Amino acid sequence: MTSSFPWLSLLLVLPLAGAVAVYFATESAARWIALAATLADLLVALPLWWLFDPQASQMQFTEHVAWITAPPISYSLGLDGISLPLVLMTAGIMPLCVLASWNAITTSIRGFMAVLLVMETTMVGVFVALDFILFYVFWEAMMIPMYLLIGVWGGPNRLYAAIKFFLYTLAGSVLLLVAILVLYFYGGHTFDILALSQGTYPASLQIWLFLAFFAAFAVKVPMFPFHTWLPDAHVEAPTAGSVILASILLKMGAYGFLRFSLPMLPDASRDFTPLMVVLSIIAIIYGAYMALAQVDLKKLIAYSSVSHMGFVTLGLFVLNQQGIEGAVLQMVNHGITTGGLFLCVGIIYERTHSRLIADNVGLAAPMPQYAVLLAIFALSSLGLPGTNSFVGEFLVLVGTFLWSKIATACASLGIILAATYILWMVQRVVYGVPSPHHLPALKDLNHRELATLAPLVLLVFLIGLFPNPFVSRMHQSVTNTIASMSRAKVAPTAPPSAEGTAPLLADNGAQLKTQGPWR
Amino acid sequence: MSLYGADLLALLPELIVVVTACLVISLDPVTPASRRDLLAWLSVGGLALCLGLTGGQINSLNIRVSAFSDLVVVDAYARFWKVLFYGVAILTILMSLPYLKAEGMHLGEYYGFILLALSGMMVMVSGVDLLTIYLGTELMSLSLYVMTGLNRSKPRSLEAAAKYFVLGAFSSGILLYGISLLYGAAGSTKLAAIAGAIGTRGADDPLVLIATILIAVGFSFKLAAVPFHMWTPDVYQGAPTSVTAFMAVAAKAASFAAFMRVFVEGLGGLKADWSFLFLVISVATLVLGNVVAIVQTNIKRMLAYSSIAHAGYALIGFVAAGRGVGLSGATPGLASIMIYLTLYSFMTLGAFAVIGMLRKGGIEGEEIDDFTGLAKRQPLAAFLMLIFMGSLAGIPPTAGFIGKFYVFMAAVEAGLAWLAAIALIFAVVSAYYYMRVVMVMYMREPDPSSIAPPRLVASPALSFVLACAVAGVILFGLFPNPLVSFALQSVLTLK
Repeated sequence: MTSSFPWLSLLLVLPLAGAVAVYFATESAARWIALAATLADLLVALPLWWLFDPQASQMQFTEHVAWITAPPISYSLGLDGISLPLVLMTAGIMPLCVLASWNAITTSIRGFMAVLLVMETTMVGVFVALDFILFYVFWEAMMIPMYLLIGVWGGPNRLYAAIKFFLYTLAGSVLLLVAILVLYFYGGHTFDILALSQGTYPASLQIWLFLAFFAAFAVKVPMFPFHTWLPDAHVEAPTAGSVILASILLKMGAYGFLRFSLPMLPDASRDFTPLMVVLSIIAIIYGAYMALAQVDLKKLIAYSSVSHMGFVTLGLFVLNQQGIEGAVLQMVNHGITTGGLFLCVGIIYERTHSRLIADNVGLAAPMPQYAVLLAIFALSSLGLPGTNSFVGEFLVLVGTFLWSKIATACASLGIILAATYILWMVQRVVYGVPSPHHLPALKDLNHRELATLAPLVLLVFLIGLFPNPFVSRMHQSVTNTIASMSRAKVAPTAPPSAEGTAPLLADNGAQLKTQGPWR
Repeated sequence: MSLYGADLLALLPELIVVVTACLVISLDPVTPASRRDLLAWLSVGGLALCLGLTGGQINSLNIRVSAFSDLVVVDAYARFWKVLFYGVAILTILMSLPYLKAEGMHLGEYYGFILLALSGMMVMVSGVDLLTIYLGTELMSLSLYVMTGLNRSKPRSLEAAAKYFVLGAFSSGILLYGISLLYGAAGSTKLAAIAGAIGTRGADDPLVLIATILIAVGFSFKLAAVPFHMWTPDVYQGAPTSVTAFMAVAAKAASFAAFMRVFVEGLGGLKADWSFLFLVISVATLVLGNVVAIVQTNIKRMLAYSSIAHAGYALIGFVAAGRGVGLSGATPGLASIMIYLTLYSFMTLGAFAVIGMLRKGGIEGEEIDDFTGLAKRQPLAAFLMLIFMGSLAGIPPTAGFIGKFYVFMAAVEAGLAWLAAIALIFAVVSAYYYMRVVMVMYMREPDPSSIAPPRLVASPALSFVLACAVAGVILFGLFPNPLVSFALQSVLTLK
């Protein structure tokens, strides 16, 4: 059902309004305003879950307003089964980030909350944009807030981590802009994502475009070997920053692959599948091995993210229904589980001021509630049946099995390794022998912290036990994506001449002449 | 007199600017030092009058008035630039008011020179005869030489003026030499006649080619394109900051405007030759500008290199225009330069306004380190600088992104996707040094030992300038439509 109510614009505007309000507020009120704004956003997002029609194959809740006339760029938004769970996850994670920063952030709270709220707008915008330039604007606009988030409120080595994050992701995404512009001239002079997904492009061009898309999305995911910014950024970022990075930012890369690379460049995607699968498997195993070696909790989870995101890209690029559905589900699962783990690390850091495993040993005795929740997230992270990650990873592996048995075997290694590093971490942190000088400082979770973690724990089991509502909502969209990949190929056509006056289709040429440049 | 009545009427804005300039200069000696503000307001008043005159015609795109037997023309293209120059000049004067007082050199003739330089720029964009354009260029340059050396007590200012004068005179000589050779080949200095002569003599005439190269070199000096950029860092650093802003924005835009008219209207027949020449120059310019800016510690010097890099980006639009077929193929490229330079004006003026009024104990804080911890002391000033830096780096949703977008759009349309890719990769390099300013403002703790940390000294005039600049950066970043359609239509009046 498509309602005329501008749900998605409301989703974008609320956090921005909150950010403006925070600017005029006092430091102490800033927290409450930010919490109210993010909760309001969640309240707007939640009904979409029920209003969303799982049977419909087109975009829903669409909005369309012309923005720039030459070239035609529009403010067009819409949701399908792929973006719906991601938008909901974003809206759900942000209030938790505000709660997690309640006492952890002590300097310029207003600035921090404003940055968080601006981030929320841009992140939701990335998932709902249906115009490629609009998407790019949101994609890039998030960079400065994230740079500030890491650089201003981060750890001791924050300057290095912040600029590394900034330059890595910017370097990836500038090539995306060139690719978008090239697509515009080949794809019938439009930036409309749906129209561009219907177009057919010469095979050689697809290769270049795929590489440009890859530069942007692989850095963001991050895929091996472009992952080196991630551990630095995660370790130095404040807790909320780590959660946003892991839960939402990384998903934008995978979302980009799914929304743009696969439907727009199907031939190149098929050609690159072996490479992408190999890179994904390297990421799964390498990330897991690196996680084994870490002594810093945040770094351990950061490398486990590399491993888990390997499953996501693996599922996407085996190019079948099970794989892609598993990948989308796994994106949400990773957001919930890893978000939860980072929140747990943040909670213990506030007490012991150390993220080292060695300094946080034996928490089961002083903090029983905390230990239980940490163990739940840990078990979910290793994919225990009954938790959310099991469903996602299982679907991905089924999909991979249809593509290659060897690849499946290699990827499964990652699950075994995950069990090793996670259980080993839990063994030390939860059940180790506590260090006596810490014990007096350790209080169990207060209500705020419990409220931060409880929704995520609930979701761990909800998705783990009843995955069907989640999968059924994305089913139609994934079918569409796969169908659009197998659309009839058109023989490679001549590219538009260098002068740009003879584009792909004759009628476009006529259009160009009558309407002037950039039409 | 009646003979020239219509001609003079066409040049009414120029006349108003010149008369105001003469008034300011002649009133200066009889104005007591305490009331010199009035001279600034007089200048602003004259400019506002011009803005009304030219701005009133802004929607009549087809009005094209030739004057003085086709030496100058007032068309939509010229009006586009003139409106931009009025705006920049008004903002520069308002920015100068507090700045000159703080520097202790509040001189009346300063405003006169701004107006004279402005009249030179107006002649440059209206000229359709090489000698008229040359005269405009010289009027602008001579005024700028004086303004650069205005701070007589500062050796650096004098050195900058001397350097600027010597190199500027040298480049003017080269430009004039090219013009004289072209006159020899074409028998005229009028752009239309030159275009006709090139059509009949053929494009591979060596005389025409040499003349084209010399003119290209002459303009490259004014645009500060590599390898003719050597004067820029020293002059930008040495000149009073308000003058630097004026040079970086208005003088550069005027040079681009005249340059585009000369090469499109006059030398359009040679575009296969010059588009390759400018391809090389644009890549060299944006690579060198961006890379050398990284190592600068003085922010004015850094912005000097950044302005070199921005000239490189704008030149990409020109290369794209050269690759297009006919004038309609050149439209996107030329329009993208107009859009780019207009948007660049806002962010650069804003950045220089902040720099000029960031004072530590009476001295201008022009080192990047002087910005340390500004976000703690003056969050609003730091936030404005953040917006200007983000815009210069081309991060959406600021105007800087829109400017780059249109330039790269034109480049890709002309089949230069690889050039756009190179340019964008160097935009990442530029993001590093722009973000360094953000970094010192937001992420470094101020030195606790310093007694008087640099502060932005606020004043109503400065606030107005900053408000205009930030409004331009944000509004054009979000709603570029009016500017884009205006530029697209204005550029069509180039013949």
